[in-house]
Amino acid sequence: MQLIHCPWCGPREEVEFHYGGQADIAYPEKPAELSDQEWAEFVFYRDNPKGPFAERWSHSLGCRRWFNAVRDTRTYEFLATYEVGEPVAGVARAEQEVTA
Amino acid sequence: MSATTTPPGAQLPEHPDFLWRNPEPKKSYDVVIVGGGGHGLATAHYLAKNHGITNVAVLEKGWLAGGNMARNTTLIRSNYLWDESAAIYEHSLKLWEGLEEDLGYPILFSQRGVLNLAHTEQDVRDSVRRVEANKLNGIDAEWIGPEEVKEICPIVNISADIRYPVQGATYQPRAGIAKHDYVAWGFARRADEAGIDVIQNCEVTGFAVDGDRVTGLRTSRGDIACGTVALCAAGHTSVLLDMLGVRTPLQSHPLQALVSELLEPVHPTIVMSNAVHVYVSQAHKGELVMGAGVDSYNGYGQRGAFHIIERQMAAAVELFPVFARAHLLRSWAGVVDVTPDASPIVGHTPYENLFVNSGWGTGGFKATPGIGWCYAHTIAHGEPHPYVAPFGLDRFTTGALVDEHGAAAVAH
Ligand SMILES: Cc1cc2nc3c(=O)[nH]c(=O)nc-3n(C[C@H](O)[C@H](O)[C@H](O)COP(=O)(O)OP(=O)(O)OC[C@H]3O[C@@H](n4cnc5c(N)ncnc54)[C@H](O)[C@@H]3O)c2cc1C
Ligand SMILES: [Zn+2]
Repeated sequence: MQLIHCPWCGPREEVEFHYGGQADIAYPEKPAELSDQEWAEFVFYRDNPKGPFAERWSHSLGCRRWFNAVRDTRTYEFLATYEVGEPVAGVARAEQEVTA
Repeated sequence: MSATTTPPGAQLPEHPDFLWRNPEPKKSYDVVIVGGGGHGLATAHYLAKNHGITNVAVLEKGWLAGGNMARNTTLIRSNYLWDESAAIYEHSLKLWEGLEEDLGYPILFSQRGVLNLAHTEQDVRDSVRRVEANKLNGIDAEWIGPEEVKEICPIVNISADIRYPVQGATYQPRAGIAKHDYVAWGFARRADEAGIDVIQNCEVTGFAVDGDRVTGLRTSRGDIACGTVALCAAGHTSVLLDMLGVRTPLQSHPLQALVSELLEPVHPTIVMSNAVHVYVSQAHKGELVMGAGVDSYNGYGQRGAFHIIERQMAAAVELFPVFARAHLLRSWAGVVDVTPDASPIVGHTPYENLFVNSGWGTGGFKATPGIGWCYAHTIAHGEPHPYVAPFGLDRFTTGALVDEHGAAAVAH
Protein backbone atom coordinates (compact mmCIF):
# COMPACT_ATOMS: atom_id res chain seq x y z
CA MET A 1 0.00 0.00 0.00
CA GLN A 2 1.27 3.45 -0.88
CA LEU A 3 0.97 6.80 0.82
CA ILE A 4 -0.32 9.28 -1.73
CA HIS A 5 0.22 12.98 -1.16
CA CYS A 6 -3.07 14.87 -1.50
CA PRO A 7 -2.27 18.55 -2.21
CA TRP A 8 -4.84 19.54 0.45
CA CYS A 9 -4.73 16.79 3.07
CA GLY A 10 -1.14 15.60 2.86
CA PRO A 11 -0.05 11.94 2.81
CA ARG A 12 -2.94 9.46 3.05
CA GLU A 13 -3.33 5.76 2.35
CA GLU A 14 -3.91 4.61 -1.21
CA VAL A 15 -7.31 3.08 -0.35
CA GLU A 16 -8.70 6.62 0.18
CA PHE A 17 -8.10 7.49 -3.46
CA HIS A 18 -9.82 6.88 -6.77
CA TYR A 19 -7.93 6.69 -10.07
CA GLY A 20 -9.05 8.89 -12.97
CA GLY A 21 -6.73 8.01 -15.85
CA GLN A 22 -4.68 10.35 -18.01
CA ALA A 23 -4.60 14.03 -16.94
CA ASP A 24 -5.33 17.12 -19.01
CA ILE A 25 -7.61 15.69 -21.70
CA ALA A 26 -9.31 18.85 -22.92
CA TYR A 27 -12.80 18.82 -24.44
CA PRO A 28 -12.43 19.70 -28.13
CA GLU A 29 -12.66 23.42 -28.79
CA LYS A 30 -14.69 23.02 -31.99
CA PRO A 31 -16.58 19.73 -31.56
CA ALA A 32 -18.61 20.18 -34.73
CA GLU A 33 -15.44 20.18 -36.82
CA LEU A 34 -14.01 16.91 -35.49
CA SER A 35 -13.63 13.94 -37.84
CA ASP A 36 -14.76 10.48 -36.68
CA GLN A 37 -11.12 9.58 -36.11
CA GLU A 38 -10.59 12.67 -33.94
CA TRP A 39 -13.70 11.84 -31.93
CA ALA A 40 -12.43 8.28 -31.46
CA GLU A 41 -9.14 9.64 -30.17
CA PHE A 42 -10.84 12.04 -27.78
CA VAL A 43 -13.21 9.42 -26.38
CA PHE A 44 -11.17 6.20 -26.44
CA TYR A 45 -7.44 6.83 -26.92
CA ARG A 46 -5.18 7.51 -23.96
CA ASP A 47 -1.41 7.41 -23.55
CA ASN A 48 -0.02 4.23 -22.00
CA PRO A 49 3.64 4.96 -21.28
CA LYS A 50 6.05 2.69 -19.46
CA GLY A 51 7.55 5.40 -17.26
CA PRO A 52 6.36 8.79 -15.93
CA PHE A 53 2.65 9.38 -16.61
CA ALA A 54 0.58 12.49 -15.78
CA GLU A 55 -2.74 11.27 -14.44
CA ARG A 56 -5.76 12.30 -12.35
CA TRP A 57 -6.57 11.10 -8.88
CA SER A 58 -9.44 11.96 -6.57
CA HIS A 59 -9.13 11.91 -2.79
CA SER A 60 -12.57 10.32 -2.69
CA LEU A 61 -12.60 9.28 0.99
CA GLY A 62 -11.01 12.55 2.18
CA CYS A 63 -11.49 16.05 0.83
CA ARG A 64 -13.10 14.57 -2.34
CA ARG A 65 -11.13 16.87 -4.61
CA TRP A 66 -9.38 15.94 -7.86
CA PHE A 67 -5.70 16.58 -8.39
CA ASN A 68 -2.97 15.61 -10.83
CA ALA A 69 0.01 13.37 -10.25
CA VAL A 70 3.04 12.24 -12.16
CA ARG A 71 3.61 8.59 -11.39
CA ASP A 72 6.13 6.14 -12.79
CA THR A 73 4.17 3.18 -14.19
CA ARG A 74 7.22 0.89 -13.83
CA THR A 75 7.70 1.40 -10.08
CA TYR A 76 4.32 3.04 -9.24
CA GLU A 77 6.32 5.78 -7.45
CA PHE A 78 4.55 9.16 -7.28
CA LEU A 79 7.08 11.69 -8.60
CA ALA A 80 4.83 14.70 -7.93
CA THR A 81 1.27 15.58 -7.01
CA TYR A 82 -0.12 19.00 -7.84
CA GLU A 83 -3.32 20.96 -8.33
CA VAL A 84 -5.09 20.71 -11.68
CA GLY A 85 -3.92 23.53 -13.94
CA GLU A 86 -0.62 24.02 -12.15
CA PRO A 87 2.52 23.31 -14.13
CA VAL A 88 4.25 20.07 -13.16
CA ALA A 89 7.66 21.70 -12.92
CA GLY A 90 8.22 23.66 -9.73
CA VAL A 91 6.00 21.34 -7.70
CA ALA A 92 7.89 19.89 -4.79
CA ARG A 93 8.40 16.18 -5.05
CA ALA A 94 5.63 14.50 -3.12
CA GLU A 95 6.61 12.71 0.02
CA GLN A 96 5.71 9.14 -0.48
CA GLU A 97 6.56 5.75 0.70
CA VAL A 98 6.23 2.38 -0.97
CA THR A 99 5.62 -0.73 1.03
CA ALA A 100 5.68 -3.91 -0.94
CA MET B 1 -9.89 -38.97 2.47
CA SER B 2 -10.46 -42.58 1.49
CA ALA B 3 -7.47 -44.78 0.74
CA THR B 4 -8.64 -45.36 -2.84
CA THR B 5 -8.66 -41.66 -3.79
CA THR B 6 -5.76 -40.58 -6.00
CA PRO B 7 -3.60 -38.17 -4.03
CA PRO B 8 -3.53 -34.61 -5.40
CA GLY B 9 -0.92 -34.18 -8.09
CA ALA B 10 -0.44 -37.87 -8.75
CA GLN B 11 -1.63 -37.50 -12.33
CA LEU B 12 0.93 -34.80 -13.17
CA PRO B 13 3.41 -35.94 -15.82
CA GLU B 14 7.15 -35.91 -15.22
CA HIS B 15 9.00 -32.76 -16.18
CA PRO B 16 10.05 -32.98 -19.80
CA ASP B 17 13.55 -32.92 -21.27
CA PHE B 18 14.51 -30.04 -23.53
CA LEU B 19 11.69 -29.46 -25.95
CA TRP B 20 13.10 -26.97 -28.44
CA ARG B 21 16.41 -25.75 -29.84
CA ASN B 22 17.87 -22.41 -28.75
CA PRO B 23 19.00 -21.13 -32.16
CA GLU B 24 20.90 -17.96 -32.99
CA PRO B 25 18.69 -15.45 -34.80
CA LYS B 26 19.04 -15.52 -38.60
CA LYS B 27 19.50 -12.32 -40.60
CA SER B 28 15.99 -12.45 -41.98
CA TYR B 29 12.66 -14.28 -41.77
CA ASP B 30 9.43 -14.30 -43.76
CA VAL B 31 7.45 -13.77 -40.56
CA VAL B 32 8.69 -12.45 -37.23
CA ILE B 33 6.37 -12.87 -34.25
CA VAL B 34 7.13 -10.46 -31.39
CA GLY B 35 6.36 -12.07 -28.03
CA GLY B 36 6.80 -15.70 -26.99
CA GLY B 37 3.72 -16.08 -24.84
CA GLY B 38 0.91 -18.52 -25.59
CA HIS B 39 -0.47 -16.41 -28.41
CA GLY B 40 2.87 -16.01 -30.20
CA LEU B 41 3.66 -19.72 -29.90
CA ALA B 42 0.18 -20.86 -30.99
CA THR B 43 0.39 -18.53 -33.98
CA ALA B 44 3.74 -20.06 -34.92
CA HIS B 45 2.32 -23.57 -34.65
CA TYR B 46 -0.68 -22.88 -36.89
CA LEU B 47 1.45 -20.92 -39.40
CA ALA B 48 3.40 -24.14 -39.92
CA LYS B 49 0.55 -26.60 -39.57
CA ASN B 50 -2.25 -24.86 -41.49
CA HIS B 51 -0.30 -22.72 -43.95
CA GLY B 52 3.10 -24.39 -44.40
CA ILE B 53 4.89 -21.18 -43.42
CA THR B 54 8.02 -22.09 -41.46
CA ASN B 55 10.65 -19.42 -42.16
CA VAL B 56 9.45 -17.84 -38.95
CA ALA B 57 11.00 -16.55 -35.71
CA VAL B 58 9.29 -16.00 -32.38
CA LEU B 59 11.22 -13.35 -30.44
CA GLU B 60 10.81 -13.31 -26.67
CA LYS B 61 12.49 -10.69 -24.53
CA GLY B 62 12.56 -12.88 -21.42
CA TRP B 63 12.14 -16.59 -21.02
CA LEU B 64 9.65 -18.56 -23.06
CA ALA B 65 6.07 -17.82 -21.96
CA GLY B 66 7.27 -16.04 -18.82
CA GLY B 67 4.82 -13.14 -19.21
CA ASN B 68 1.08 -13.37 -18.63
CA MET B 69 1.14 -16.93 -19.92
CA ALA B 70 3.04 -18.01 -16.80
CA ARG B 71 0.93 -15.89 -14.47
CA ASN B 72 -2.65 -16.53 -15.48
CA THR B 73 -5.21 -18.61 -13.64
CA THR B 74 -5.97 -20.73 -16.74
CA LEU B 75 -9.76 -20.52 -16.85
CA ILE B 76 -11.16 -21.57 -20.20
CA ARG B 77 -14.78 -20.93 -21.20
CA SER B 78 -16.75 -19.57 -24.13
CA ASN B 79 -19.92 -18.19 -22.53
CA TYR B 80 -19.54 -14.63 -23.83
CA LEU B 81 -22.54 -12.48 -24.72
CA TRP B 82 -22.09 -11.21 -28.27
CA ASP B 83 -22.01 -13.30 -31.45
CA GLU B 84 -18.57 -11.98 -32.41
CA SER B 85 -17.03 -13.07 -29.09
CA ALA B 86 -18.96 -16.33 -28.94
CA ALA B 87 -17.56 -17.26 -32.37
CA ILE B 88 -13.88 -16.80 -31.52
CA TYR B 89 -14.03 -18.17 -27.96
CA GLU B 90 -16.10 -21.21 -28.98
CA HIS B 91 -13.73 -21.87 -31.90
CA SER B 92 -10.96 -21.79 -29.32
CA LEU B 93 -12.76 -24.09 -26.88
CA LYS B 94 -13.27 -26.66 -29.66
CA LEU B 95 -9.54 -26.52 -30.40
CA TRP B 96 -8.76 -26.99 -26.68
CA GLU B 97 -10.85 -30.16 -26.80
CA GLY B 98 -8.47 -31.67 -29.38
CA LEU B 99 -5.26 -29.89 -28.43
CA GLU B 100 -3.54 -32.63 -26.49
CA GLU B 101 -3.77 -34.86 -29.54
CA ASP B 102 -2.70 -32.11 -31.93
CA LEU B 103 0.36 -31.23 -29.84
CA GLY B 104 1.17 -34.81 -28.86
CA TYR B 105 1.82 -33.47 -25.42
CA PRO B 106 -0.08 -33.50 -22.11
CA ILE B 107 -1.79 -30.21 -21.26
CA LEU B 108 -4.05 -31.47 -18.45
CA PHE B 109 -7.15 -29.89 -19.93
CA SER B 110 -9.84 -30.59 -17.35
CA GLN B 111 -13.43 -29.76 -18.36
CA ARG B 112 -14.82 -29.33 -14.87
CA GLY B 113 -17.38 -26.63 -15.69
CA VAL B 114 -17.76 -23.03 -14.61
CA LEU B 115 -20.37 -21.40 -12.40
CA ASN B 116 -20.76 -17.63 -12.83
CA LEU B 117 -22.66 -16.55 -9.74
CA ALA B 118 -25.40 -13.94 -9.67
CA HIS B 119 -25.96 -11.96 -6.47
CA THR B 120 -28.49 -9.27 -7.35
CA GLU B 121 -31.71 -9.08 -9.32
CA GLN B 122 -29.89 -7.32 -12.14
CA ASP B 123 -27.14 -9.98 -12.08
CA VAL B 124 -29.88 -12.58 -12.51
CA ARG B 125 -31.42 -10.79 -15.50
CA ASP B 126 -28.03 -10.29 -17.17
CA SER B 127 -27.09 -13.91 -16.56
CA VAL B 128 -30.30 -15.33 -17.98
CA ARG B 129 -29.90 -13.10 -21.02
CA ARG B 130 -26.37 -14.39 -21.52
CA VAL B 131 -27.47 -18.00 -21.20
CA GLU B 132 -30.10 -17.47 -23.91
CA ALA B 133 -27.55 -15.73 -26.14
CA ASN B 134 -25.13 -18.63 -25.58
CA LYS B 135 -27.78 -21.19 -26.53
CA LEU B 136 -28.51 -19.31 -29.76
CA ASN B 137 -24.80 -19.59 -30.55
CA GLY B 138 -24.74 -23.34 -29.87
CA ILE B 139 -22.75 -22.93 -26.66
CA ASP B 140 -23.59 -25.18 -23.71
CA ALA B 141 -25.08 -23.00 -21.00
CA GLU B 142 -27.83 -23.17 -18.43
CA TRP B 143 -29.29 -21.06 -15.67
CA ILE B 144 -29.45 -22.82 -12.29
CA GLY B 145 -30.70 -21.91 -8.82
CA PRO B 146 -28.77 -21.78 -5.52
CA GLU B 147 -29.62 -25.40 -4.58
CA GLU B 148 -28.17 -26.67 -7.85
CA VAL B 149 -25.09 -24.50 -7.30
CA LYS B 150 -24.66 -26.30 -4.00
CA GLU B 151 -25.02 -29.69 -5.71
CA ILE B 152 -22.27 -28.88 -8.21
CA CYS B 153 -19.98 -27.21 -5.69
CA PRO B 154 -20.95 -28.25 -2.14
CA ILE B 155 -18.62 -25.79 -0.39
CA VAL B 156 -20.35 -22.67 -1.76
CA ASN B 157 -22.21 -20.78 0.95
CA ILE B 158 -25.78 -20.33 -0.33
CA SER B 159 -27.11 -18.93 2.93
CA ALA B 160 -29.51 -15.99 2.54
CA ASP B 161 -27.91 -13.99 5.34
CA ILE B 162 -24.55 -13.17 3.81
CA ARG B 163 -23.89 -9.72 2.40
CA TYR B 164 -24.40 -10.73 -1.25
CA PRO B 165 -26.45 -13.96 -1.20
CA VAL B 166 -26.12 -16.33 -4.16
CA GLN B 167 -29.26 -15.96 -6.29
CA GLY B 168 -28.23 -18.54 -8.86
CA ALA B 169 -25.60 -19.02 -11.54
CA THR B 170 -24.92 -19.61 -15.17
CA TYR B 171 -23.29 -22.98 -15.78
CA GLN B 172 -21.10 -23.98 -18.70
CA PRO B 173 -20.18 -27.66 -18.25
CA ARG B 174 -17.52 -27.68 -21.04
CA ALA B 175 -15.46 -24.92 -19.39
CA GLY B 176 -12.24 -25.92 -17.68
CA ILE B 177 -8.62 -25.35 -16.81
CA ALA B 178 -5.33 -26.48 -18.38
CA LYS B 179 -1.73 -26.47 -17.27
CA HIS B 180 -0.40 -23.25 -18.79
CA ASP B 181 3.31 -24.15 -18.88
CA TYR B 182 2.56 -27.42 -20.64
CA VAL B 183 0.38 -25.61 -23.17
CA ALA B 184 3.22 -23.21 -23.99
CA TRP B 185 5.81 -25.97 -24.12
CA GLY B 186 3.59 -28.13 -26.33
CA PHE B 187 3.15 -25.31 -28.86
CA ALA B 188 6.85 -24.39 -28.71
CA ARG B 189 7.89 -27.99 -29.30
CA ARG B 190 5.64 -28.38 -32.33
CA ALA B 191 6.75 -25.03 -33.80
CA ASP B 192 10.38 -25.99 -33.26
CA GLU B 193 9.87 -29.39 -34.91
CA ALA B 194 8.45 -27.58 -37.94
CA GLY B 195 11.70 -25.57 -38.20
CA ILE B 196 10.51 -22.34 -36.59
CA ASP B 197 13.11 -20.51 -34.47
CA VAL B 198 11.96 -19.82 -30.93
CA ILE B 199 14.43 -17.22 -29.67
CA GLN B 200 14.53 -16.24 -26.01
CA ASN B 201 16.31 -13.28 -24.39
CA CYS B 202 15.73 -11.29 -27.56
CA GLU B 203 14.00 -7.98 -26.96
CA VAL B 204 12.63 -5.93 -29.84
CA THR B 205 13.90 -2.39 -29.24
CA GLY B 206 12.98 -0.64 -32.49
CA PHE B 207 11.77 -0.91 -36.07
CA ALA B 208 13.31 -0.14 -39.46
CA VAL B 209 10.70 1.41 -41.70
CA ASP B 210 10.40 2.23 -45.39
CA GLY B 211 7.27 4.26 -46.15
CA ASP B 212 4.32 2.29 -44.86
CA ARG B 213 6.27 -0.96 -44.53
CA VAL B 214 8.33 -2.33 -41.68
CA THR B 215 11.53 -3.73 -43.18
CA GLY B 216 13.26 -4.95 -40.07
CA LEU B 217 13.45 -5.14 -36.32
CA ARG B 218 16.15 -3.87 -34.00
CA THR B 219 16.69 -6.35 -31.23
CA SER B 220 18.97 -6.90 -28.26
CA ARG B 221 20.56 -9.64 -30.41
CA GLY B 222 21.03 -7.63 -33.59
CA ASP B 223 18.97 -6.48 -36.55
CA ILE B 224 16.55 -8.88 -38.21
CA ALA B 225 14.91 -8.26 -41.59
CA CYS B 226 11.33 -9.42 -42.03
CA GLY B 227 8.58 -9.95 -44.58
CA THR B 228 5.71 -9.65 -42.08
CA VAL B 229 5.70 -8.65 -38.41
CA ALA B 230 3.05 -10.01 -36.06
CA LEU B 231 2.83 -8.47 -32.60
CA CYS B 232 1.85 -10.78 -29.73
CA ALA B 233 3.26 -8.69 -26.90
CA ALA B 234 0.16 -8.52 -24.64
CA GLY B 235 0.73 -5.78 -21.99
CA HIS B 236 3.63 -4.22 -23.94
CA THR B 237 1.88 -3.54 -27.24
CA SER B 238 1.69 0.23 -26.62
CA VAL B 239 5.41 0.33 -25.83
CA LEU B 240 6.16 -1.22 -29.23
CA LEU B 241 3.58 0.72 -31.26
CA ASP B 242 4.62 4.03 -29.65
CA MET B 243 8.00 3.53 -31.36
CA LEU B 244 6.17 3.64 -34.69
CA GLY B 245 3.89 6.53 -33.75
CA VAL B 246 0.83 4.25 -33.92
CA ARG B 247 -1.74 4.93 -31.19
CA THR B 248 -4.15 2.30 -29.82
CA PRO B 249 -6.80 2.59 -27.11
CA LEU B 250 -4.94 0.16 -24.83
CA GLN B 251 -4.23 0.62 -21.14
CA SER B 252 -1.85 -1.72 -19.29
CA HIS B 253 -2.81 -2.70 -15.75
CA PRO B 254 -1.46 -4.99 -13.06
CA LEU B 255 -3.64 -8.09 -12.63
CA GLN B 256 -2.99 -10.19 -9.55
CA ALA B 257 -3.62 -13.78 -8.57
CA LEU B 258 -2.69 -16.00 -5.66
CA VAL B 259 -2.64 -19.60 -4.50
CA SER B 260 -3.22 -21.29 -1.18
CA GLU B 261 -1.18 -24.12 0.23
CA LEU B 262 -2.09 -27.59 -1.10
CA LEU B 263 -5.44 -28.95 0.04
CA GLU B 264 -7.33 -32.20 -0.38
CA PRO B 265 -9.73 -32.07 -3.33
CA VAL B 266 -12.53 -29.79 -2.05
CA HIS B 267 -13.47 -27.71 -5.07
CA PRO B 268 -14.67 -29.74 -8.07
CA THR B 269 -15.47 -26.95 -10.53
CA ILE B 270 -14.70 -23.27 -11.23
CA VAL B 271 -16.67 -20.59 -9.39
CA MET B 272 -16.60 -16.97 -10.46
CA SER B 273 -18.34 -13.91 -9.16
CA ASN B 274 -18.07 -10.57 -10.93
CA ALA B 275 -20.16 -8.89 -8.25
CA VAL B 276 -17.98 -9.68 -5.24
CA HIS B 277 -14.85 -9.95 -7.38
CA VAL B 278 -13.31 -13.29 -6.78
CA TYR B 279 -12.98 -16.50 -8.73
CA VAL B 280 -11.62 -19.83 -7.62
CA SER B 281 -10.58 -23.18 -8.98
CA GLN B 282 -8.47 -25.94 -7.47
CA ALA B 283 -5.26 -26.75 -9.33
CA HIS B 284 -4.30 -30.32 -10.21
CA LYS B 285 -1.80 -30.41 -7.35
CA GLY B 286 -4.35 -29.06 -4.86
CA GLU B 287 -3.75 -25.32 -4.47
CA LEU B 288 -6.79 -23.06 -4.49
CA VAL B 289 -6.12 -20.67 -7.36
CA MET B 290 -7.80 -17.30 -6.92
CA GLY B 291 -8.00 -14.14 -8.93
CA ALA B 292 -9.78 -10.82 -8.81
CA GLY B 293 -10.01 -7.64 -10.85
CA VAL B 294 -7.24 -5.44 -12.24
CA ASP B 295 -5.62 -2.82 -10.05
CA SER B 296 -7.21 0.48 -11.05
CA TYR B 297 -4.09 2.32 -12.17
CA ASN B 298 -1.81 1.72 -15.15
CA GLY B 299 1.22 -0.35 -14.27
CA TYR B 300 4.03 -2.32 -15.85
CA GLY B 301 5.52 -3.44 -12.53
CA GLN B 302 4.22 -7.06 -12.42
CA ARG B 303 2.97 -6.45 -8.92
CA GLY B 304 -0.17 -4.88 -7.49
CA ALA B 305 -1.56 -3.38 -4.31
CA PHE B 306 -2.29 -5.40 -1.19
CA HIS B 307 -5.78 -4.00 -0.62
CA ILE B 308 -6.97 -5.73 -3.81
CA ILE B 309 -5.89 -9.08 -2.34
CA GLU B 310 -7.53 -8.23 0.97
CA ARG B 311 -10.87 -7.49 -0.70
CA GLN B 312 -10.69 -10.63 -2.82
CA MET B 313 -9.93 -12.79 0.22
CA ALA B 314 -12.84 -11.27 2.15
CA ALA B 315 -15.17 -12.19 -0.72
CA ALA B 316 -13.69 -15.69 -0.98
CA VAL B 317 -14.08 -16.46 2.71
CA GLU B 318 -17.69 -15.31 2.70
CA LEU B 319 -18.53 -17.47 -0.30
CA PHE B 320 -16.42 -20.44 0.85
CA PRO B 321 -16.28 -20.51 4.65
CA VAL B 322 -13.97 -23.58 4.53
CA PHE B 323 -11.22 -21.38 3.09
CA ALA B 324 -10.91 -19.42 6.33
CA ARG B 325 -8.08 -21.58 7.61
CA ALA B 326 -6.19 -21.97 4.32
CA HIS B 327 -2.80 -20.26 4.20
CA LEU B 328 -1.82 -18.02 1.34
CA LEU B 329 1.23 -19.51 -0.34
CA ARG B 330 2.17 -16.83 -2.88
CA SER B 331 0.75 -14.01 -4.96
CA TRP B 332 1.96 -12.39 -8.17
CA ALA B 333 0.81 -10.12 -10.98
CA GLY B 334 0.96 -9.83 -14.74
CA VAL B 335 0.59 -6.82 -17.02
CA VAL B 336 -2.67 -6.98 -18.96
CA ASP B 337 -3.77 -4.67 -21.74
CA VAL B 338 -7.40 -3.61 -21.55
CA THR B 339 -9.56 -1.85 -24.14
CA PRO B 340 -12.61 0.42 -23.76
CA ASP B 341 -15.04 -2.35 -24.81
CA ALA B 342 -13.25 -5.25 -23.05
CA SER B 343 -12.64 -6.96 -26.40
CA PRO B 344 -9.32 -7.59 -28.16
CA ILE B 345 -7.72 -5.59 -30.97
CA VAL B 346 -6.59 -7.86 -33.81
CA GLY B 347 -5.68 -7.16 -37.42
CA HIS B 348 -4.27 -4.38 -39.58
CA THR B 349 -2.22 -1.39 -38.46
CA PRO B 350 -1.29 1.68 -40.54
CA TYR B 351 1.82 -0.31 -41.61
CA GLU B 352 0.93 -2.67 -44.44
CA ASN B 353 2.96 -5.68 -43.23
CA LEU B 354 2.57 -5.13 -39.49
CA PHE B 355 -0.27 -6.95 -37.71
CA VAL B 356 -1.42 -6.49 -34.14
CA ASN B 357 -2.90 -8.95 -31.65
CA SER B 358 -3.56 -7.33 -28.28
CA GLY B 359 -6.15 -6.16 -25.80
CA TRP B 360 -7.19 -9.60 -24.54
CA GLY B 361 -6.88 -8.03 -21.12
CA THR B 362 -7.76 -10.35 -18.29
CA GLY B 363 -9.07 -13.16 -20.49
CA GLY B 364 -6.75 -14.15 -23.31
CA PHE B 365 -5.48 -17.52 -22.10
CA LYS B 366 -8.72 -19.25 -23.08
CA ALA B 367 -8.31 -17.78 -26.56
CA THR B 368 -4.79 -19.17 -27.07
CA PRO B 369 -5.44 -21.87 -29.69
CA GLY B 370 -8.30 -19.92 -31.28
CA ILE B 371 -6.35 -16.72 -31.77
CA GLY B 372 -3.26 -18.63 -32.87
CA TRP B 373 -5.38 -20.27 -35.58
CA CYS B 374 -7.07 -17.06 -36.73
CA TYR B 375 -3.96 -14.87 -36.49
CA ALA B 376 -1.92 -17.37 -38.53
CA HIS B 377 -4.66 -17.21 -41.19
CA THR B 378 -4.57 -13.38 -41.01
CA ILE B 379 -0.80 -13.35 -41.52
CA ALA B 380 -0.86 -15.95 -44.30
CA HIS B 381 -3.63 -14.20 -46.28
CA GLY B 382 -2.85 -10.59 -45.38
CA GLU B 383 -6.51 -10.21 -44.35
CA PRO B 384 -8.22 -10.85 -41.01
CA HIS B 385 -9.79 -14.28 -40.54
CA PRO B 386 -13.59 -13.84 -40.35
CA TYR B 387 -13.57 -14.66 -36.61
CA VAL B 388 -11.22 -11.77 -35.83
CA ALA B 389 -12.47 -9.31 -38.47
CA PRO B 390 -14.93 -7.66 -36.00
CA PHE B 391 -12.02 -6.88 -33.67
CA GLY B 392 -10.13 -4.42 -35.88
CA LEU B 393 -8.75 -1.14 -34.58
CA ASP B 394 -11.19 0.70 -36.88
CA ARG B 395 -14.14 -0.23 -34.66
CA PHE B 396 -13.31 2.66 -32.33
CA THR B 397 -13.87 5.02 -35.25
CA THR B 398 -16.90 3.31 -36.81
CA GLY B 399 -18.50 2.73 -33.42
CA ALA B 400 -19.03 -1.01 -34.00
CA LEU B 401 -17.81 -1.88 -30.50
CA VAL B 402 -18.12 -5.40 -29.07
CA ASP B 403 -19.08 -4.50 -25.53
CA GLU B 404 -18.15 -7.51 -23.43
CA HIS B 405 -17.81 -5.79 -20.05
CA GLY B 406 -20.62 -7.98 -18.72
CA ALA B 407 -19.08 -11.30 -19.72
CA ALA B 408 -15.39 -10.41 -19.67
CA ALA B 409 -14.45 -7.67 -17.24
CA VAL B 410 -13.02 -8.54 -14.91
CA ALA B 411 -13.55 -12.21 -14.32
CA HIS B 412 -11.85 -14.53 -16.77
C1 LIG C 1 -3.15 -12.92 -12.92
C2 LIG C 1 -3.73 -13.20 -14.27
C3 LIG C 1 -4.78 -14.09 -14.38
C4 LIG C 1 -5.33 -14.38 -15.62
N1 LIG C 1 -6.29 -15.33 -15.70
C5 LIG C 1 -6.78 -15.69 -16.90
C6 LIG C 1 -7.71 -16.76 -16.98
O1 LIG C 1 -8.05 -17.38 -15.98
N2 LIG C 1 -8.21 -17.07 -18.20
C7 LIG C 1 -7.86 -16.40 -19.33
O2 LIG C 1 -8.39 -16.70 -20.40
N3 LIG C 1 -6.93 -15.40 -19.29
C8 LIG C 1 -6.38 -15.04 -18.11
N4 LIG C 1 -5.44 -14.04 -18.04
C9 LIG C 1 -5.09 -13.30 -19.25
C10 LIG C 1 -4.07 -14.01 -20.12
O3 LIG C 1 -2.95 -14.40 -19.34
C11 LIG C 1 -3.60 -13.09 -21.26
O4 LIG C 1 -4.70 -12.52 -21.92
C12 LIG C 1 -2.79 -13.86 -22.29
O5 LIG C 1 -1.77 -14.57 -21.66
C13 LIG C 1 -2.19 -12.89 -23.32
O6 LIG C 1 -1.53 -13.52 -24.39
P1 LIG C 1 -0.03 -14.10 -24.34
O7 LIG C 1 -0.15 -15.41 -23.67
O8 LIG C 1 0.62 -14.09 -25.64
O9 LIG C 1 0.68 -12.96 -23.43
P2 LIG C 1 2.06 -13.04 -22.68
O10 LIG C 1 2.32 -14.38 -22.13
O11 LIG C 1 2.14 -11.87 -21.78
O12 LIG C 1 3.04 -12.85 -23.94
C14 LIG C 1 3.58 -11.63 -24.38
C15 LIG C 1 5.08 -11.81 -24.43
O13 LIG C 1 5.65 -10.72 -25.13
C16 LIG C 1 6.91 -10.49 -24.59
N5 LIG C 1 7.38 -9.17 -25.00
C17 LIG C 1 6.86 -7.96 -24.61
N6 LIG C 1 7.55 -6.96 -25.18
C18 LIG C 1 8.51 -7.54 -25.96
C19 LIG C 1 9.56 -7.02 -26.79
N7 LIG C 1 9.76 -5.71 -26.94
N8 LIG C 1 10.37 -7.91 -27.42
C20 LIG C 1 10.19 -9.25 -27.27
N9 LIG C 1 9.22 -9.79 -26.49
C21 LIG C 1 8.39 -8.94 -25.84
C22 LIG C 1 6.68 -10.66 -23.09
O14 LIG C 1 7.87 -10.91 -22.39
C23 LIG C 1 5.70 -11.82 -23.03
O15 LIG C 1 6.31 -13.06 -22.81
C24 LIG C 1 -4.85 -13.73 -16.80
C25 LIG C 1 -3.78 -12.83 -16.69
C26 LIG C 1 -3.21 -12.58 -15.44
C27 LIG C 1 -2.04 -11.63 -15.36
ZN1 LIG D 1 -7.54 15.43 0.21
